[in-house]
Amino acid sequence: MENSRPKLRFVKTDNPPVWVRPLLPVLALVVTFILTSGLIIWAKANPFEAYYQLLISPLMTRVNAIEVLVSATPLLLTGAAVTFAFAAGYYNIGAEGQLFAGAIAAAGLGVAMKDIPAIITIPSIIIAGFAAGMAWAWVPAILKVKLQVDEVVTTLLLNSVMGFIVSALLNGPWRDPNSGWPQSPEIGASAIFFKLIPRSRLSFGFLIGLIAIAVLWFLLTRTSFGLKMRAVGLGKPAAHFAGINVGRTTLIAALVSGGIAGVAGVALVCGIQYHLISDLSAGYGYTGIIIATLGSLNAVGVFIASLFFGLVDAGAQTVSRVLGVPVYLGEITQAAMLLVALGMFLLQRYRVRRM
Amino acid sequence: MEIFIVNLIGATLRVATPILLAAIGETYSERAGVLNLGIEGTMLFGAFIGFFVADQSSSLWLGFVVAILSGVIFGLLMALMTVTLGVNQHVSGLGITMLCTGLALFAFRLNYGGRSVPPSIESFKQLAPFKNIPWLNTITEQYLLTYITFLVIVPLAWWLLYRTSFGLKIRSVGENPEAADAAGVNVYAVRYAALAIGGGLMAAGGAFLALAQVGSFTHAIISGRGWVAIAIVIFGNWNPVRAMWGALIFGGTSALQLRLQTMGLQLPIPYETFLALPYIVTIIALVLAGRNASYPAALLKPYRRE
Repeated sequence: MENSRPKLRFVKTDNPPVWVRPLLPVLALVVTFILTSGLIIWAKANPFEAYYQLLISPLMTRVNAIEVLVSATPLLLTGAAVTFAFAAGYYNIGAEGQLFAGAIAAAGLGVAMKDIPAIITIPSIIIAGFAAGMAWAWVPAILKVKLQVDEVVTTLLLNSVMGFIVSALLNGPWRDPNSGWPQSPEIGASAIFFKLIPRSRLSFGFLIGLIAIAVLWFLLTRTSFGLKMRAVGLGKPAAHFAGINVGRTTLIAALVSGGIAGVAGVALVCGIQYHLISDLSAGYGYTGIIIATLGSLNAVGVFIASLFFGLVDAGAQTVSRVLGVPVYLGEITQAAMLLVALGMFLLQRYRVRRM
Repeated sequence: MEIFIVNLIGATLRVATPILLAAIGETYSERAGVLNLGIEGTMLFGAFIGFFVADQSSSLWLGFVVAILSGVIFGLLMALMTVTLGVNQHVSGLGITMLCTGLALFAFRLNYGGRSVPPSIESFKQLAPFKNIPWLNTITEQYLLTYITFLVIVPLAWWLLYRTSFGLKIRSVGENPEAADAAGVNVYAVRYAALAIGGGLMAAGGAFLALAQVGSFTHAIISGRGWVAIAIVIFGNWNPVRAMWGALIFGGTSALQLRLQTMGLQLPIPYETFLALPYIVTIIALVLAGRNASYPAALLKPYRRE
């Protein structure tokens, strides 16, 4: 292993220069732009024009700007859900399944409570959605806390199991006989979220998303439970030594995380689709993991990342409509941005040295 | 009844092939200490690029080889993220799955438009070495790639992992990278190699679906098979031969439910129960193993030389 040549080595620095931090997201965006421009040219479009349509034009008209908030709604909730678990060091990959658990509760109650006034129906559905997400998250959480079964794999596998439950419901007892598609019957009018802006798709669900972010911020930074959670997230043995009940803290973080993800399902059923369908979520549970990471597991970061991803989702529709670039450009941009930003977050803590 | 069982065995081998390839790929990655959740996307991209190249060049084998290369590239990207940069493994993996999915669907839309009927190619032909023996023929009438997977890849993967010094290095960097490093093993290089091999096998599994089993590409061609493979790796205790049994059990339940469904049999339970079964069995297996589940000890941990 002897090497006589001087070597370039990454050396850890604790204090990255101050000017680096605000520059990073901008730099990540520029690198992502360069990486994806080849694809846009392949689609016979001008990259600058495409990026204008993707990132700027959705903000130029009222209708499009509202769509950005609509796209951000489920992401605020799944982002908050994942952050809650990850902050406590519990790697909940199962937000997708927990979202569907909440959606099943919403679709079921939405039909069953159609003769009950909205003032009772809507709070009941939100609570039921939270409880359903929590129940689905309970299985892997209790396995983790009591039996030390790794949660990454169990939460991931339970997403697939939930997919089969939804499929069994839609092909079986819940199939709407009046529809050609496998979908559940439409929920009652009293279960439909009121609109924040008339004649738009922006509903009360967005407000719930904002509340979830605010609660996340408050719990993580202003309560002793948040402090305990973050202590457990930083290191279980040290937290245990400091007198924190690690098992209980992990369990609560996991359950609340599942509950918030369940509410994302409620927001999709009661705010947008009005039915349970198998395509209800465009992988929002997984995107939530990406958003929580890009947001550095803090509420403000998650809020910004959700809005940015909502912008890209809405913008991708515009790029596709105006320039004929396939809508999947949005997904590619989000993924590339994640990988580039993750690399940069780490690089900012290192300097290149000759050794 | 005999016909039913013989048919079922034949179908089981076909259904198990792509999942087995991917599961062996994931076994190699995890044995080296990296959980690669890019598996689902790598399979989808392999299916797409295999189909695309085969369609453009009219060479199925060229498509298959290019698919493997694409998997190697995504495996190396995963290595760059998790080995060199030391980024959180599940987030990197999910990011790669998202990237691959986006790229595959983007390129598919660009080349084939939004048509509702998927384009098709003339897929691989099945071999029939025992044409004149009725039952044996039904079981052995399989794609060459299925033969290669079960008779070459599985034993080779086992031999490489347990009987060669390269395999020992893979296992050692996944169990105790510090000790491996001290013994002169280049931890980074071995992890890169394991992830590259793993990615290639995952993409091969996806390409098998597009080029043999389905003969086309659709958005839902993988539909969770990557996650099944992850379950099978655990079920198989990170051993390629045991992964084969896991893949066969999954292939069996999956083929059985398909057959029962096409027979129009009214079952007291929904047919999705069969599909969910392998996942539930894996979770139960994990619970039973509990603390003793023999995860590679350094799984999820980036290695940094102090």
